[in-house]
Amino acid sequence: MNVAQATVPSRVLEANPGGFVDFLDVEKSYDGRSFAVARLNLSVARGEFLTLLGPSGSGKTTTLNMLAGFERPTSGTITLDGQPVDRLPPYQRNIGMVFQNYALFPHMSVEENVAFPLSVRQVAKAEIAGRVARALDMVRLKQFGDRKPAQLSGGQQQRVALARALVFEPSLVLMDEPLGALDKKLREHMQLEIKQIHTMLGVTIVYVTHDQSEALTMSDRVAVFNNGGIAQLGSPDDLYNTPRNSFVASFIGENNTLEGTVEAISGKECRVRLDGGGELTALAIGVAKGNTCHVAIRPERLRLGSAAQNDNALPASVDGRIYLGDHLRLLARLQNDQVLTVKVDTETTMANGQTVTVCCAPGDCRAFPADAGAAGSNSKQGKTK
Amino acid sequence: MSALQPSELDRPALARGRSAADTDQKSVSAALRRAEFGDRLRTLALAAPLLLLLALSFGIPIVLLLSRAVYDPTIANALPRTSQALGDWNGQGQPDDAAFTALAADLRDNQAKGTGYELAKALNARLPGARSQVLKTVRQLEGGGDKPPLEVMKSVPFWSAPGTWPAIANGTHSITSFYLLSALDLRWNADGSLERVPPEQAIFLQVFLRTFFVAAAVTLATLLLGFPLAYLISSVPKGLAAILIVAVLLPFWTSILVRTAAWTVLLQKFGLVNDLLLWLGFASERLDLMYSRIGLIIAMTHIQLPFTLLPIYSVMRTIAPSQMKAAYSLGAMPFTAFRRVYLPQVFPGVMAGCLLTFILCLGYYITPALIGGASDQLISNFIANYVNVELNWEMAAALSFILLVFTLALFGIFARILGLDRLKMV
Repeated sequence: MNVAQATVPSRVLEANPGGFVDFLDVEKSYDGRSFAVARLNLSVARGEFLTLLGPSGSGKTTTLNMLAGFERPTSGTITLDGQPVDRLPPYQRNIGMVFQNYALFPHMSVEENVAFPLSVRQVAKAEIAGRVARALDMVRLKQFGDRKPAQLSGGQQQRVALARALVFEPSLVLMDEPLGALDKKLREHMQLEIKQIHTMLGVTIVYVTHDQSEALTMSDRVAVFNNGGIAQLGSPDDLYNTPRNSFVASFIGENNTLEGTVEAISGKECRVRLDGGGELTALAIGVAKGNTCHVAIRPERLRLGSAAQNDNALPASVDGRIYLGDHLRLLARLQNDQVLTVKVDTETTMANGQTVTVCCAPGDCRAFPADAGAAGSNSKQGKTK
Repeated sequence: MSALQPSELDRPALARGRSAADTDQKSVSAALRRAEFGDRLRTLALAAPLLLLLALSFGIPIVLLLSRAVYDPTIANALPRTSQALGDWNGQGQPDDAAFTALAADLRDNQAKGTGYELAKALNARLPGARSQVLKTVRQLEGGGDKPPLEVMKSVPFWSAPGTWPAIANGTHSITSFYLLSALDLRWNADGSLERVPPEQAIFLQVFLRTFFVAAAVTLATLLLGFPLAYLISSVPKGLAAILIVAVLLPFWTSILVRTAAWTVLLQKFGLVNDLLLWLGFASERLDLMYSRIGLIIAMTHIQLPFTLLPIYSVMRTIAPSQMKAAYSLGAMPFTAFRRVYLPQVFPGVMAGCLLTFILCLGYYITPALIGGASDQLISNFIANYVNVELNWEMAAALSFILLVFTLALFGIFARILGLDRLKMV
């Protein structure tokens, strides 16, 4: 049984088939034994910026390729604007695509590259010129029309690829890790630019990345992929603050993970006995009494000092400090030898070895079953091309 | 104190600094040039043994051989008296008796020195039938006893025939265009203009055309067979691609003679190919594949396939699969994507492969000799014949020269169309 299948959130199963793009029970297997994508149900609304986020081999690129028409689902149906597209070749889908390595045509000038989708659609020459000029203007490359792609920088090539994927006004644009080859600064700049274009044109964008900060920055919703299925689908805010399983909790942002066993459950909360000693109260997310569990706590939710009422209080000693300019990270070693990262402000003066109490509200601690959706578990199934 | 403040005094110093910087820059670039020159010299020194070997074993012999196409002192050396006697002959009609006497003396001299046969051969190249006439005349001159040489000469009609003396006079010039023109089936007319040789003597233009036709046919065949195969190899997984490449190269590692010999077995009237064609029903009777143009083209295509295929494959390998995906996603149908995205990028490889095969085909010798019939001999066979059988190195040199010029011209045209740097050889 595929684990991801078991962790498909109810919200996805309720996905209203009636979105702009719908994946209905889509499966893809390359070898007939394991699934690169397993029972995928996903609905993309018109005009939405949806990101498929996941580690490599999680099935996100396979999903994108099936939508683009480069791969056929082994079973299931994909509909685009209500029409099944399974039998439609990629050149009839009218979907713009931006590739990881840009895939610009090296023998054509920038203008010819951008004109390509129009000329294969037999648009009149005069109209092509105008639309190409507008597209290049949009990505601020007007004066580079005569150049060959090789004469442009990576960021410029990326913008040409963007202009080329948008110039024929597709209603859906797919992007496969388009910023992967750029350096950090340029990447952040391009993220904003793509986001602006999305807002301006109102196109639907399905974006694939393994960079969680990119996903959080740009997306309306993010589908976190793991082992060929969606581990969680939601807004960036949702994913960060209310992860539904330990994979999402550890993949999105930074999290402390403590291992323990569920002692008792009362309502939404549970009492967890940590391995090696200590106890805390956490929100119970799909755990039952007696389960081994992972408790995830964000570094910024941890405090040092005196515990408020009902707060968890864990005695610890300072084990190190990392200076990060705007804040400090303290490494606090608990009595059971697990180390927590605590985000504190730079004025905090704590010497190594000093004894502290690490506190947090039970509502900021989330206890997940230890085995479900854990990163790296069952990794054999996460096989993309 | 004042030194710390910008003052009038600083200006000349600044100016000096600037000019110093200029000189610095000049000396830097000069130093750079020196360093680069040194580097180049070292690189050249490493290649020197090879260059020397090439010059000695390749460059100089080729130049020496090719020079024979235009420089042939055999007749001039053998007929010093005749040359002199013909000095003031106007080329019309027949020269005076002194020339006949001089020729008789020269002929006897050559016979005495043992160069008589060589002379007869050289004259024969220009005057068909001259060989036997020279030998006959020499016999009469030697054995005629008291008969004056002039009378002997006059008694052999050949020496008084029209065309004989102009040819001899032409031969006494060491620098000659005779062989080059012959290689193009041209000759000097009696009145000094170029004319085509009579049809019964014209052979070379036809052979050149045949050579080009066969080369073009083989190139086309290897392209039609090789392009899809190269595409297949470039698109399958690495392991399988390696196996296919070995399969393509396997015959490549066998001697060309062995491969040609194998084809002579296969193409026999009662050989495997005919058996197969009959059995499959593609032919109703046994075909004459051996000693035919079609058999020659089949064998040459097989031998040349790797030469065409490998440059194409090496270019195809560099084209990312995302190129075609991008073309599809942008709305191009498969054929349009192939024509507008794939083909232009593979084109330099196609050109390189075809050029390689075409030029190699121009020089084919063994295969046409063994598989082609009498009317399928290519220019190399004629060159070899002149070198090995006729011992007419001048004619061989002239044919080689013309072939070389054609080949270089062709290469030049390709390079112009494509740009030399874009020709991607393997």
